[in-house]
Amino acid sequence: MGERLLMKGNEAIGEAAILAGCRAYFCYPITPQTEVAEYLAKRMPEVDGVFLQGESEVAVGYMLFGAAAGGRKVFTTSSSPGVSLMAEAMSYLAAGELPVVIGNVMRNGPGLGGILPCQADYFQATKGGGHGDYHFLVLAPSSVQEAVDMMILAFDLAEKYRNPVMLLADGMIGQMMEPVEIPDFPEVRSANIAGHEDWATTGACGRKQHLVKTLYLKPEESFAHNLKLKAKYDRMEAEEVRFEESDTEGQLDALVVSFGTMARICQTAIESLRARGLKVGMLRPQTLYPFPGQRIRELAGQARMVFSVELNMGQMVEDVERAVQGRAPVHFYGKTGGLVPIPEEVAAAILAKVEG
Amino acid sequence: MATTVFKRPASLSTNVTHYCPGCTHGVIHRLVAEALDELGLRERAVGIAPVGCSVLAYNYFTIDFQEAAHGRAPAMATGLKRTRPELIVFTYQGDGDLASIGTAEIIHAANRGEKITVIFVNNAIYGMTGGQLAPTTMPRQVTTTTPRGRDVAEQGHPLRVADMLATLRTPSYIVRTAVHTPAMIVEAKRCIRRAFEYQAQGRCFSLVEVLSTCPTNWGISPAESTAWLQNNMVPYFQIKEFKSPEAEG
Repeated sequence: MGERLLMKGNEAIGEAAILAGCRAYFCYPITPQTEVAEYLAKRMPEVDGVFLQGESEVAVGYMLFGAAAGGRKVFTTSSSPGVSLMAEAMSYLAAGELPVVIGNVMRNGPGLGGILPCQADYFQATKGGGHGDYHFLVLAPSSVQEAVDMMILAFDLAEKYRNPVMLLADGMIGQMMEPVEIPDFPEVRSANIAGHEDWATTGACGRKQHLVKTLYLKPEESFAHNLKLKAKYDRMEAEEVRFEESDTEGQLDALVVSFGTMARICQTAIESLRARGLKVGMLRPQTLYPFPGQRIRELAGQARMVFSVELNMGQMVEDVERAVQGRAPVHFYGKTGGLVPIPEEVAAAILAKVEG
Repeated sequence: MATTVFKRPASLSTNVTHYCPGCTHGVIHRLVAEALDELGLRERAVGIAPVGCSVLAYNYFTIDFQEAAHGRAPAMATGLKRTRPELIVFTYQGDGDLASIGTAEIIHAANRGEKITVIFVNNAIYGMTGGQLAPTTMPRQVTTTTPRGRDVAEQGHPLRVADMLATLRTPSYIVRTAVHTPAMIVEAKRCIRRAFEYQAQGRCFSLVEVLSTCPTNWGISPAESTAWLQNNMVPYFQIKEFKSPEAEG
């Protein structure tokens, strides 16, 4: 059993990275994730780690590139407009097969938007964000505890696939204080990426040159590189889909699909609907890429209708519709701009369709 | 008995470069390789290649390399050097890469005093994309995007990077040199070697700006190019040592 602490989400995310063995963090301040940086500014030197505040999120993205290409575990955190600035590096990181971790503590957009919780970066996180065909593996925590567990998982998955992983949290997770159990690992995890000896730029001493690059001028080589990346994404789709399900047995009046903070609110809404005798179940994707489409398709076959409930104007709903493939009507309910619906609003929206 | 007086540095590969006739990238590559060999740094050196004509620089070296996005090489070098301080990390960047799209990254890497070496090749034009205006393009110089010549009222004056970085308070080694004459090649080698020495000693950030030729995009012969560099670039881009940690005291 690990230590049980009351921690703010942003600080817990920072501590979890240290537990995962990460000893390098590059950052740029932006609300509502700045506490990760402030926490690690104190904490990293205590574990002989590197903390550096870069000149911009653009530069920070490449500081990750340089460190990861040298074989070190490395991460950053930012919030929506900052992640947009990193989008260029995100494409290069994926192309260079660098296992970095990026945390996005989402705020409302578009543009500067505001500093309140939001889930409007779903498209950016799951469909790319930068140029070219690539994917980050995307994890979506719905509690501070899960943010801790997923940060550790993020480093493991990044290493397993040599692919960037994004922790897609929102301002609520970052700012909220909750009890967390910090896992108690028997030994300190390595600050190096496993297997980096085969490819990292650590000096060509007694071996041939190692090169981390993303340029493939010959079309056949570029195509082959894309096929190699695609094979990794296919493997993620086969092996890494994660989700949580509740009340999904038997025939359902409605299936709710929701992630992160919004899923917790949906859970309360569903309890009130079930108390009224309605059969409402929920599937909460924990990985947004790869998306649990297959399970949603199965559940859609036993539901009268499916809801995608999100803190945005309707993004994940496109993946839900694609998964359902017409087996049941798909409805969207959501709010954005930093407004977070209360359970009664969600329940009323579902009720209106179910009884409508 | 035969004595070897000239040979390929171990840091340099046997690949034939893709550079145009009269381009000085090949000379500068060799100077970097010689310096690494002579200082015994080859096996812990990592280069960061830019976007531009020298994007494929890694094909011509035997040392480890990372390939950057346009202008971001100093940020990558920062990430690598901070997490592996035992390595000798250098960026190799052109003037479009470093002085235009990468201005933020170079200024802040210099200002933080990153213990890296920057080889900055200034040929007053964009080479790889085919001869467009660079921040370093000379007044009235014709490029494909300034067909009537650079108008300083419209495009400003050429950016003097070494001069600008030398104004920073952080100790550093900032020098401008050139490779258009044999004497200058010898001098450029001395500067590059000294920059790597400072890094090996963990002393300071260093930037060696090397005035270079681009006959293809200047639209003149290699011989005319060296004269053009001397007559047009040297008077504006002063060849001198701007700053050194010793001078700082």
